[in-house]
Amino acid sequence: MPATPASPEPSLPLATRLWFAWVCFFRVLFDPAFALRAFRARELEPALPPAPPEEPAEVVKPAEKKALEKPDPAAELGPGPALQLLALLQREGRLVDFVEQDIAAFSDADVGAVARVVHEGCRKALRDHAKLAPVRSEEEGAQVTLPAGFSPAEVKLSGHVGGSPPYKGVLRHRGWRAEELRLPTPVAGHDPLVIAPAEVEL
Amino acid sequence: MSPRYVLGIDLGTTHCALAFARALDADAGAGAAPARVEVLEVPQLVAQGMVEARALLPSFLYVPVEGEGPQALPWDPERRFVVGEHARARGLDAPARLVASAKSWLCHPGVDRRGPTLPLGAPEDVEKISPVEASWRYLEHLGEAWDFAVAKGDPELAFANQEVVLTVPASFDAAARDLTVEAAVAAGIEDVTLLEEPQAAVYAWIDAAGEAWRKHLLPGDVLLVLDVGGGTTDFSAIAAIDREGSLELVRIAVGDHILLGGDNMDLALAHVVRAKLAADGKELDRWQMTALTFAARVAKERLLGDPSLAAAPIVIAGRGSKLLGGSIRTELTREEIARTLVEGFFPAVPASARPAARPRAGLTQLGLPYAQDAAVTRHLAAFLGRQADATAKLEGFTPRGGAASRGSLLHPTAVLFNGGVMKGDALRERLLSTLNAWLEADGAPPARVLPSGDLDLAVARGAAAYGLVRRGRGLRIRGGTARAYYVGVESAVPAVPGLEPPITALCLAPFGMEEGTEASLPPQELGVVVGEPVRFRFFGSSVRREDEAGAELDSWKPGELEELAPIEITLPPEGRREGDVVPVRLRASITEIGTLLLEAIPSQPQKPNERWRIELSVRSAEA
Repeated sequence: MPATPASPEPSLPLATRLWFAWVCFFRVLFDPAFALRAFRARELEPALPPAPPEEPAEVVKPAEKKALEKPDPAAELGPGPALQLLALLQREGRLVDFVEQDIAAFSDADVGAVARVVHEGCRKALRDHAKLAPVRSEEEGAQVTLPAGFSPAEVKLSGHVGGSPPYKGVLRHRGWRAEELRLPTPVAGHDPLVIAPAEVEL
Repeated sequence: MSPRYVLGIDLGTTHCALAFARALDADAGAGAAPARVEVLEVPQLVAQGMVEARALLPSFLYVPVEGEGPQALPWDPERRFVVGEHARARGLDAPARLVASAKSWLCHPGVDRRGPTLPLGAPEDVEKISPVEASWRYLEHLGEAWDFAVAKGDPELAFANQEVVLTVPASFDAAARDLTVEAAVAAGIEDVTLLEEPQAAVYAWIDAAGEAWRKHLLPGDVLLVLDVGGGTTDFSAIAAIDREGSLELVRIAVGDHILLGGDNMDLALAHVVRAKLAADGKELDRWQMTALTFAARVAKERLLGDPSLAAAPIVIAGRGSKLLGGSIRTELTREEIARTLVEGFFPAVPASARPAARPRAGLTQLGLPYAQDAAVTRHLAAFLGRQADATAKLEGFTPRGGAASRGSLLHPTAVLFNGGVMKGDALRERLLSTLNAWLEADGAPPARVLPSGDLDLAVARGAAAYGLVRRGRGLRIRGGTARAYYVGVESAVPAVPGLEPPITALCLAPFGMEEGTEASLPPQELGVVVGEPVRFRFFGSSVRREDEAGAELDSWKPGELEELAPIEITLPPEGRREGDVVPVRLRASITEIGTLLLEAIPSQPQKPNERWRIELSVRSAEA
């Protein structure tokens, strides 16, 4: 099990940071409320009033700014949807195995072959559990106009950013939006921190 | 209380599904919006401690070891067994603890289907269950899922109080149907009706097509339903006839029970790939073989779905956490698919081809009676050839297109595909082109394909749609039983050593008996010993349409009569002396549920209306 992010150490070990980056990636992607808080935490604003207890994952985010006052027991981390998604991607597509292995020594052909396993499985896991759609429906490369009041969460400006809307520009990336996320429901017998069980053959 | 929903349940060999529709009151009138058929997403364990709702419930039951702990479900934290996706996945790891293909065991006359036989070869700590109990557990899970997701404690919506249509293969014999109902009753279903799966597929097609279906199917059509699922292949023929100006559908014939399906095909492909790997000096262990079978299925679906692909890669990942280094790479080519699947399972054969039957070895291992010939096309040729006369005496039927002359096979004019295997374009095309070649050779016009929807869920949807039809909303397929049933009576001739006494087949139930009808009482009497079980040989025929109840056959053509599991009569000694021989007559009826009921009626009743029920599903003596 990776060190809990709630550890009182001011700097986290690399492994924990890697793992936590994954967690944040998916939570930011699929949990708008978390995304908003993370977004604010990034600007070093003391985010919000103290976190409601049912979303304890929030409190771990400002770890980069200051150490947390008290260590959170792992149980309080809760079976976050992020861990579940990670477990799903590992189960169906061996994603964690793939990312955790040092692939430098292997040829592109070997990596490519395994990438198929990972792609096939992760794609299935993602498609079975999330409905993803592009943020913008235009083709990439098309001219688009952004009216005043466009959502900065939906569209990121780049290049000669300046002046005032409406902005005219070229769509470089269509973006992704999760329209739906349906994760399995944890029941008794589930340990959220186990991404993949060890296997012992008798 | 009257049910609020009609539920259609597909109790499949490899998957179950539940579809439902609101049961509208009969007086809702024609103006009411047609009831929509929906599919229940069934909550099930998909991994240790993870519940997810999925449209399909894999028909697998896994018995965990003590240390694995309870397998909690949202409605039962203490469950000691697993049904569904997690069961299937765990079964790959520990196959001896997995119950699979329970439905095929349910119609296996060689085993005691109420006896604890499954999983076969399980370790001693596993409490074995019967094929009936396995089916019961799947139905029970569907019911609990319904109560959890839909009823939520409302007694009016409770599973037990809804009307349930349960599908069975058309080829299921009377005993297997009986056992299916037994499982349904055990699972708490009170209001159950059986429906044949190919008919369900037709109802699903009608439901999906709306009123437009009447443009596709006209009087004189013969619709062939080709249902190739995960474990079984099932054929049915349905004729469209004109009765006093309105269209009527009559199911005229069903095929034999063929244990041949997608699982055999995936396994065949896996063996092809394994042989290829073995040639390169790579041996696979059991776990890798399982992974290979799965990977081969994915590759197969991709190749069958995209004709532009020449090959699909297959990678068996290493088992440890090191993904790279331990992986085995190969590919499945289009040529291999064509050779193994198209030529192996769907060879282009002449209409005169028949499935090869290897003589069974004297000591057969206890196992499922898998089809000995893997060629679906040969089984189909046999079915159409045997049923060449199926429409000959059908009242009101005039074949379309003037191809009235009787050929050497039944002439379907339309084809409806069903079952997961039929998703493969190349396989559908081969089956259709082979069929059309036979029809052309026989001077009949080619058959056309009816568009079908989701082949995995069609049967469940069709079953729910049939529930609505039974409530007077839409056209009902008629047809009754697809078999006539006979009891074998030993002729009273002087015994000749070394010769079995000749047997006479006495018809009890004629072909095409409708639900809720009773056959006439044959005059022949059989002697039954009071207080002792007395067995009779039992036969079915899917081709003898003319025999009335009471008809006696001294001889029949090969293949006309098929021996089923024997029937057993036990007369309780009430009011009679044990050991006395009592003459009885046997009466057959088809219950409202759709099962065959045989009763023994004593010639000298001790009390009015005295009769005893006859047990259908008895293990055959030879097994």
